[in-house]
Parts: sequence; structure tokens; C-alpha cells
Amino acid sequence: MNILYFASLRERLGLDQEHWPAPHPGTLRELLAALRERGEPWQSLLNDDTVLMAVNQEIASPDTAIDPEDEVAFFPPVTGG
Amino acid sequence: MIRIQTEDFSLDAEYQALRNNQTSKTGAICTFTGLVRDFGDAESVEGICLEHYPGMTEKCLQHIIDRAKNRWQLNAVSVIHRVGELALGEQIVFVGVSSAHRKDAFEACEFIMDYLKSEATIWKKEKLKDKTFWVKAKQSDQQSLTKWGQGKGTNGE
Repeated sequence: MNILYFASLRERLGLDQEHWPAPHPGTLRELLAALRERGEPWQSLLNDDTVLMAVNQEIASPDTAIDPEDEVAFFPPVTGG
Repeated sequence: MIRIQTEDFSLDAEYQALRNNQTSKTGAICTFTGLVRDFGDAESVEGICLEHYPGMTEKCLQHIIDRAKNRWQLNAVSVIHRVGELALGEQIVFVGVSSAHRKDAFEACEFIMDYLKSEATIWKKEKLKDKTFWVKAKQSDQQSLTKWGQGKGTNGE
């Protein structure tokens, strides 16, 4: 699957997108845990309580199921307008 | 109509487009324009930079417009949001609503703008003389949604 990062999260991770090998269906919570295993800054930035997430461009929650075809995105609270 | 664009927009052109849509049924048009000002989270802001999530932003805005149309009697709705680098005084966002009645137009325009600020996947960075920083999401923007209640057309429906 493709993972996208936006705004302050993109800058602090130094990454705007990446391909993630998703061997089996799971949840966003499992994906976040796997990404946090990379250590800092991932560990503190990809916190379930502060990061917002979307699957296929719809707002999602840590319980949302994901599969290898999905587009996943992580981003901070929005500030447009 | 929803547009995310780097280029500026003409208030007159957007207003005329709303006028020309279902002309005989339109009795009121309400428009809102947001501009870049020189203070935000910091003093002495010299400009802003806007980033968005292409595809998702348009979906978020369509969802907001659909909810507004469900709640008020609207003829046409236009939302334009600019992205990229913007200088002081430049136009950032446009919301225009036409309706048979002014109350519907006023309220729907404010509703769309309130939800745009809390749901559309757009992020703003303020530029000062020697540094830049990402604007923090405001509690007040969340609170402004409470006036729309949990009735028809809100997320709580």
C-alpha cells in the first residue's frame, strides 16, 4: 500500500510518501505500531492520540481495517480557511 | 462547484456565475472571502503557505456541501480554496451560496466555512521574517461547530 504524510508530519519525518509491503489484512493500529518500531522520530510523532488518519481519502480510526490496495494517509489536525 | 487552485479568483466572476445559475429561483446570494492578514498564531506574519491532500480535500468539501444542501434550501454552492504561497492581503478562500431566501444563504455560507476549517485536509504555515511554522488547530474552531447542533446535516446525523 501507499502511505502519504502531510504538513508538519511530512516535514518532521522527512518523507511525503512511501510504499509499505502489507503482507496480510490488518488495522491502522497495527500499521502505526509497525511504523513506530522504526524508533524516533516515528515513535513520538505517530501517536494514536494526536495523528489523524485516512484510508482511501476517508477519515479513519485506528480500528479501521486496511488491505494492500489501500491508500493510507497520516496528518496533523487541519488548519485551512 | 469546488476548486483547489494556486491562482487567484475573481469575486465578481464567481458572483456572476452564482447569479446565472437557476436565475429565476434565486432571491439571495451570500459570499464569504478569507484573506491573508499580518497576525495569526504569531505577530508580524509576512505571508502564508498552504498545503493540501489532493483528492481528499475535494471529497471533504463535497461532503460538507451535501450536508448544507440537506439542511437548507440551496440553489448553487461554490467553494474555492487556494494553495501554495500567498502574500499579505491575498485571497485565500471563497464560499458562495445562492438560495431563494436570505436566511438559508447566510446560514449555509457560515456552516460551510465553519466545517471547512475543521474538516478539509488543508494545512497552513505562517511565514515570519526569519522563520516559518505550522499553524496549530484552534479549539475555538471546534467550538464554533457546536452552534450547528447535532441536527440534520451535521456529523451527528
